[in-house]
Amino acid sequence: MKITNQLIEKHGLKFDEYNEIKKLLKREPNLLELGIFSAMWNEHCSYKSSRIHLKKLPTTGKQVIQGPGENAGVIDIGDNDAIIFKIESHNHPSYIEPYQGAATGVGGILRDVFTMGARPIALLNSIHFGSPNHKKTKSLLNGVVSGIGGYGNCIGIPTVAGETKFNETYNENILVNAMAVGHAKKDKIFYSKAKGINKSVVYVGSKTGRDGIHGASMASAEFDENSEEKKPTVQVGDPFTEKLLMEACLELMKDNSIISIQDMGAAGLTSSSVEMASKGELGIELELNRVPCREENMTPYEMMLSESQERMLIILEDGKEQDAKKIFDKWDLDFVVIGKTTDTNNLTLKYNNKIEGEIPIEALASKAPLYNRKWSKKKKSNKKIDLKDLKKIKIEDALIKILSSPNHSNKNWITNQYDQSVMCDTIQKSGADAAIIRIHNKDKAIAVSVDSSANYCKSHPTTGGKQIVCENWRNLITVGAKPLAITNCLNFGNPENNEIMGEFAECLQGIKEACEFLNYPVVSGNVSFYNGTNKKNIYPTPVIGGVGLIKKLSQPLNHHFKGQNNKLILIGKTFGHLEQSCFLKENYSIDIGMPPEINLLNEKNNGESLLKLIEENLVLSSHDISNGGLITALSEMALNSDYGAKIQKPKKLTNLFRYFFGEDQARYIVEIEAHNLSKVEKILKDNDTYYENIGHTQKEFFEIEGELKISTKSLFKINNEWYNNY
Amino acid sequence: MKSSVIVFPGSNCDRDVAVALEKMQFKNKMVWHKETRLPKSDLIVIPGGFSYGDYLRSGAIAGKSLIIDEVIKAASSGCLILGICNGFQILTETGLLKGTLLRNKNLKFINKDVHIKVINNNTKFSKKYKKGQILNINIAHNEGNFFTDSKHLEELKKENLIAFKYCDEKGDINENSNPNGSLENIAGILNSNKNILGMMPHPERMIDEIISNKDGVNLFSSLLS
Repeated sequence: MKITNQLIEKHGLKFDEYNEIKKLLKREPNLLELGIFSAMWNEHCSYKSSRIHLKKLPTTGKQVIQGPGENAGVIDIGDNDAIIFKIESHNHPSYIEPYQGAATGVGGILRDVFTMGARPIALLNSIHFGSPNHKKTKSLLNGVVSGIGGYGNCIGIPTVAGETKFNETYNENILVNAMAVGHAKKDKIFYSKAKGINKSVVYVGSKTGRDGIHGASMASAEFDENSEEKKPTVQVGDPFTEKLLMEACLELMKDNSIISIQDMGAAGLTSSSVEMASKGELGIELELNRVPCREENMTPYEMMLSESQERMLIILEDGKEQDAKKIFDKWDLDFVVIGKTTDTNNLTLKYNNKIEGEIPIEALASKAPLYNRKWSKKKKSNKKIDLKDLKKIKIEDALIKILSSPNHSNKNWITNQYDQSVMCDTIQKSGADAAIIRIHNKDKAIAVSVDSSANYCKSHPTTGGKQIVCENWRNLITVGAKPLAITNCLNFGNPENNEIMGEFAECLQGIKEACEFLNYPVVSGNVSFYNGTNKKNIYPTPVIGGVGLIKKLSQPLNHHFKGQNNKLILIGKTFGHLEQSCFLKENYSIDIGMPPEINLLNEKNNGESLLKLIEENLVLSSHDISNGGLITALSEMALNSDYGAKIQKPKKLTNLFRYFFGEDQARYIVEIEAHNLSKVEKILKDNDTYYENIGHTQKEFFEIEGELKISTKSLFKINNEWYNNY
Repeated sequence: MKSSVIVFPGSNCDRDVAVALEKMQFKNKMVWHKETRLPKSDLIVIPGGFSYGDYLRSGAIAGKSLIIDEVIKAASSGCLILGICNGFQILTETGLLKGTLLRNKNLKFINKDVHIKVINNNTKFSKKYKKGQILNINIAHNEGNFFTDSKHLEELKKENLIAFKYCDEKGDINENSNPNGSLENIAGILNSNKNILGMMPHPERMIDEIISNKDGVNLFSSLLS
């Protein structure tokens, strides 16, 4: 078939890119080869627009065993235990077909983790929808939530934490980011780098069908009014088969027969074989007649580009085929030697004894395009809010508005659809600042959390980037964990637009600064560009997934008040920053000005001081202060508890709205027993940590001296209505 | 006391229940569904999960698997059999227990801690509980809505074969305390010989204070004594 301009465009390739392909091949590609280039050179697989910026992120540290570049990141948590984790987006498929899109998002990220030898122990997600009033939102929410639950529940891995947000910026392009966390023995980690010539390349798992062909290319283009037609490019998930595949792989991994293993994710057989060969600086030859197919008469083109789920490629040590096959037979899964490693450094595809395609591996991997796209810096907004210009409201009404809003309402409607308890190691379920998962059979645990702040990132990307890392770090600290490393999912608009590329570059700058300062390296991640429809881009939405270690398990810590007459300490300084706050957004629909400033020094110091208090067993409950400010955080501590609080009016900052709703960073609320006050104060003073005594806990009522008194039961009711009425 | 946990492709609470059994000093063996012989067992547990992906109908394919014939044989000779969640569904598919489990009335998967009341404590599975005791226990299922015909319901009541009923924290059994629409709030039933218990809630998830509570412990310790 002649390669026409139309074909090139249909494959999402630019004409310069096509010319480059011809140069690399020293000839014209055939259709199969063009398809393979398109699969490997698209944004999703090649990171061609982001690589230059991603390189700046800190990715190393004493705790890091494997940084970005593998299937997932690996960190050391001592005692020969390693945690393997990664987050990934499945935005485009989930908008087109919410159930399958979300389900296969979960399935894909799980494979990334168990491919490396880990048994997955927790799932998390960050999902963003358009305005609740948008006609599609309700069905997308329903579909995505049941898809996430359907996959995780069936495979039997607890979904323990997540965030769900609504904003009209996602009306036509929702975000579905899934994170998986697994546990492995440090000396039993598996990588994708091929080694040795003439080694068997084995295909295991589900059969290959015609689903998901060009999925990765779809994920690398903007939506338009015809996007619905892309439904056939969405893959269909089968969590049952994945469960079998997971158990079979983990069983095989007990032995020393695997040289290298790689899951078939985006761009399926193509990307998995290229990745293994490229890392091993080898060639790979595949006999496509041997590929197990679900449908009849599949062409090499379809086999190479299918994104059928639940498949893996394994390179085996010599003579291990039979024992390995026994395991896959036991689990009723296909196990076929489909090729071998070669010394040609080419990807060679044979079909009916004929070479149908032959491409140098480096042309697909290291020589893939790399763009240093133009980007423009975001100007600082100097708009300030003057409360005198706004309609007067009561503190109580403003608080109720926030607590009953879709973004702040209790999410039990969602989390009750996820099995959070299977595996019997979930100590803290969702609803807390971070989830806590025990390491099986040990008395230590990890804490995990995912966070994003699109509003802050939109208004000032550098500050926003810093802020999410810090917020994520704080969320781990409040449950008593030492934050170790993060994974990030970078959801942005069209990178060919200077402003969007600027948002990307600057958010990354912020993430980099915060991660460096906090010794909180990035060990894995994913970039999702082209989130938008018809030139309308989403807000920049980097999502951070963090993992921390609780070395010694004692009583788990959460943010619910524990008793009465306990002292409440506010750690960190309150300046009353209201621009970009939830208070202004929910009550006045105003989102102007800069996000709150980040002072990394205070962030680190305040967090470490709180960890010291926790380690000394002085803390009954603690909560970080984020969206909605001090008053929202205090209400959240009260509404799931029998206890409320009595809070004094501030002595310094006299504007109550600024004091109670300001979103200044690096702040925590801590509940302590009254008799421990002097001990706590000493530790905070010794560590130069600013704090205020703001009041005490009491039975039943949440109260601000002379301003507001509301029962914890009413707060609970206010916070629990929205989802059930939606 | 010897126990066997049957493992189907798609079982996912097999490890959890094995951990609980071993913690309670059972000598436990895992039995793969393709086996045709059971190890000598005093107790057989069919664990929760999605056996065969719950394709066709929850528990339907597992109910026809090779090992199930052995389970049925063991049941008829009086061996104790505990089916939890998907295990309960499988037991109804094999006919070892009558009735069926329909989709939850809200048509959604439900995972939460609910309360159940011990209705019959005069069984090998529940003698360590007090009659009327309220347990706080986790449920996690899509199809837990117990249904049966009126004749069987009468039999369950007359022969005292209802093991547990969903209730609220005060013990009230009503529509509001029924999480999934089960007939008369039924959460677990016995066969007429009282050697088979099927229940939707997960006792194996309630054996550890730091994870949840210990309300499931007495079910396992009842079997030991």
